[in-house]
Amino acid sequence: MNKNVSAEQSPAEQTKQEAFLPLLGRYIKLKLRLLGKEMWRCRISYLFIAPFCILFTLFYLVPVCTSVGLSFTYFNVLEEPRFVGWQNYINLFFADEVFLIAVKNTFLFAVITGPVGYFLALFIAWMINDIKNPKIRAVMTLIFYAPTISGQAYIVWKYIFSSDIYGLANGWLMKLGVIYEAKLWFQDTTYIMPILIIVVLWMSMGTGFLSFIAGLQNVDRSLYEAGYMDGVKNRFQELWYITLPSMKEQLMFGAVMTITSSFSIHDQLAALAGFPSVSYAAHTVVSHLIDYGTIRFEMGYASAIATLLFIVMVLCNKLIQSVLRKVGR
Amino acid sequence: MAIIKHKKRVKPNHSKAGDFVSITILVVMGLFMALPLVLAISNSLKPLEELYIFPPRFLVSNPTLDNFHDVFVLMSQSWVPFSRYIFNTVFITLTGTIGHLLVASLCAYALAKHRFPGRNLIFWIIVTALMFSTQVTAIPNYLIMSKIGWLDSYLALIIPAIAKPLGLFLMKQFMEQIPDSLLEAARIDGAKETTVFLRIAMPQVKPAWLTLIIFCFQDLWNLQGSNYIYSEELKTLPYALSQISAAGISRAGATAAVAVIMMIVPITIFIISQSNIIETMASSGIKE
Repeated sequence: MNKNVSAEQSPAEQTKQEAFLPLLGRYIKLKLRLLGKEMWRCRISYLFIAPFCILFTLFYLVPVCTSVGLSFTYFNVLEEPRFVGWQNYINLFFADEVFLIAVKNTFLFAVITGPVGYFLALFIAWMINDIKNPKIRAVMTLIFYAPTISGQAYIVWKYIFSSDIYGLANGWLMKLGVIYEAKLWFQDTTYIMPILIIVVLWMSMGTGFLSFIAGLQNVDRSLYEAGYMDGVKNRFQELWYITLPSMKEQLMFGAVMTITSSFSIHDQLAALAGFPSVSYAAHTVVSHLIDYGTIRFEMGYASAIATLLFIVMVLCNKLIQSVLRKVGR
Repeated sequence: MAIIKHKKRVKPNHSKAGDFVSITILVVMGLFMALPLVLAISNSLKPLEELYIFPPRFLVSNPTLDNFHDVFVLMSQSWVPFSRYIFNTVFITLTGTIGHLLVASLCAYALAKHRFPGRNLIFWIIVTALMFSTQVTAIPNYLIMSKIGWLDSYLALIIPAIAKPLGLFLMKQFMEQIPDSLLEAARIDGAKETTVFLRIAMPQVKPAWLTLIIFCFQDLWNLQGSNYIYSEELKTLPYALSQISAAGISRAGATAAVAVIMMIVPITIFIISQSNIIETMASSGIKE
């Protein structure tokens, strides 16, 4: 408003404007004082949140901002960071072939294991929920959740797909006469991805899965009866019109957990296919980040990777959330 | 009549054939999930000659504890005593988990039950923090650790775990359910806010405690942390054990034994606390 003051304005209007400015200043001052008072009144609340917020700021917020800042520098830890502008990003996309492979692999994992893992978790939770006996329900939940919490147990897949004839896959396939010599499962680029996708899916019943189980258990039973009266014919209609809309919040939470974890797959891949893997067949963006951050100590470059990863993760989450809002409509 | 019928079969629109199909799928999928873990246990009990037979057998025929014995022998050969690795991991896990529970609960209580300026903004930041993984912050974290001189100490592993956003998020959502009248009644009786938190609020959210404990426990229990820790005597159990697995095929049995040792603890804790965890996850939803 203040910018539009022009010479043609009548004196009355000008005085109005002149009176307006100090008024605005006073208004802001008053607001700030009220806010200050309000904050002082709530000082106990701030004391309560202080320990967490300080640590959170130090180890989550500051790092994200630092990462963005460092991504525009060349930094090898020994020397001071040197500003290089967009050079790191340009190099990533135009000079680093391995990065492009990593992006391709990451998206392959995210696109396949993300949605499949998500719907599998939902589907299995839904079927487990239909089991009448609570003990069997608990056992089933444990069976599906166990691979996720058993630490490095995924190492057993290395035995299953071992490259000698004593590995289960080789041994049995040779016994059956499907193959005649031992396959080098984790050295052959045609097999690496499919096997790793299976392993990742095996471990995909995580926090989101538990959230689904809980959400399903807490759907209001009377809704089902009402739906039955209203002519819901089968379990799929029931799922779409009654169950899913009443557990929307869990669906959101599950989506966040799935997306976040499917973009950060690395540990199991490194343990099974090696790090770096044969012709980078199992190299993900996180692998690339770890490679530059902890092995080559090119912190600026690694920060650029981390920043891109951060942006993609958050954007993807926001996008999926807006899609999930439409469930059951 | 109608009520009795519904009690018998809560979901009358479910066909028997559908039930059968769904149970079949569950069993098949369940086998896919369970068999690799069974194989890990079976392998850990196999004597050496059974690990190298053709065709390979799934189940062990002459179970032995040799592999576990091997792990302990291998570990006792390292110049840091094996018990030191166990102590490190147990110490890190316990302090980290207790610290996380306390700090996250304090913050969650204020976010859920107090009205103060900035509360929504803080919660929004926490929810956003759920959307990226810790790898994103790994490098700056390393730099920060080295600035404050926490590299090569337990603090580098414990302190970041205390501020995990997931625990705070779950605890806050669960605490929303505590009736305000309960807290108000205590305040009218003249209780201080810390007393209200410790005596009234915390006992109400015991299921959430267990959930936070198991999530934090899992993270720390499996933490290798070799980027932050150089001194051998400060290294963690998963790190030490991963060195055994890294030796490759020659130690297939010992590797399986290691996997079994590492998975027993978290699975046991999950079995004990399962119903409480499910109760907490019911309130885990992200509201629009």
